Amino acid sequence: MKDLMIIAFAAFLTENVILGRTWGICPFLGVSKKQSNAIGMGVAVTFVIVITTAVTWALHRYILARFDMEYLQILVFILVIASLVQMIEIFLKKVSPTLYKALGIYLPLITTNCAVLGVANAVIDLGYGFPEMLVFSLFSGLGFLFVMWIFSGLREKVETAPVPEGFKGFPIALIAAAALALIFSRLGGII
Amino acid sequence: MKKSQIFLNGIIKENPTLVMLIGMCPTIAITTSISNAIGMGACVIFVLFFSNLIISLIRHIVPDEIRIPVFIVVIATLVTITQLILKAYFPSLDASLGEFVALIVVNCIILGRAEAFASKNGPVSSMLDALGMGLGFTLAISVISLIRQFLADVLGLAMFASPVGGFIILGLVIGIFQSVKLLIEKKNELKKKEKEKKEKEVSVNKEAVK
Repeated sequence: MKDLMIIAFAAFLTENVILGRTWGICPFLGVSKKQSNAIGMGVAVTFVIVITTAVTWALHRYILARFDMEYLQILVFILVIASLVQMIEIFLKKVSPTLYKALGIYLPLITTNCAVLGVANAVIDLGYGFPEMLVFSLFSGLGFLFVMWIFSGLREKVETAPVPEGFKGFPIALIAAAALALIFSRLGGII
Repeated sequence: MKKSQIFLNGIIKENPTLVMLIGMCPTIAITTSISNAIGMGACVIFVLFFSNLIISLIRHIVPDEIRIPVFIVVIATLVTITQLILKAYFPSLDASLGEFVALIVVNCIILGRAEAFASKNGPVSSMLDALGMGLGFTLAISVISLIRQFLADVLGLAMFASPVGGFIILGLVIGIFQSVKLLIEKKNELKKKEKEKKEKEVSVNKEAVK
């Protein structure tokens, strides 16, 4: 139980997907201009990370590792992610049109989000079992959502700040992200 | 477009890291040392070169609806080859790049160039585009890693070896790059205006003489 809590805490805060591991920077900078969009993206990513990691973990353990085909890992994982994202999109459209409307536009972008493939690969590299895998993927996704939420609020303020013209937009957002990353990296002292 | 222009396009005018602002994840993560940056750049150039070449060769055979999955399979195969080569011949580089070798698959630069350029142009132009874009990426991350390594190793500021330093330096480099670009544009505009003014004056003088 204590191990699981440490994994959850690290995935959520100290080794945060965006600020600690620097995965998923593209949506972090691209979709954080409006808070509602950022939260939609965060929820969609959390959803996809948990489902795809469970599927890729099972595929790796029961097929790839058993038949010595680990060299196919990248190819299999990215295909699973791409097709699962597509399937989730179709499924949501049918089952919950309101949720689809809220998340729909973000789903296709998730295929090329490093965070999804990164978490799927990390679970294999770290040799996690089923409960660790589930906790790690869930809290990585929630960590992504949490940072997207904080950063989008921060960015709405930064956008109106008087900065030199060349620094408007991306550069100043990156510097604001650095301040946030500094805070997150020091949270390890809590344990 | 001229062939040389296609090549130079990726290095300056449409530099993937500094102008188009794509492929940010490896840019922040692996720019801790110059050797990492050059290693990553070489991997990206290799994958981009062959993916652009293969995709431009098969662009007429692949049906439009399934082109993205086909591109992804091509790219994933090339990344697997890269990973195996690194593991066999450059184990120390493989260890320091870590999971970011596998993440080249989802690097927006590669899929972006496949979709925007290689699926519409011939193999020769696509290869040149890949070389230009790859070199542009390599140059940008080399500059960033040079600054970070200098600050972290020579001046002993350990913060710059962590992601925090990556965010700050990337932000500053892009900001300075854009500021210089704006300055040059403004200067050019001023020159143009002055020229127009002079031309007007000349024409007015001519009319007055008449």
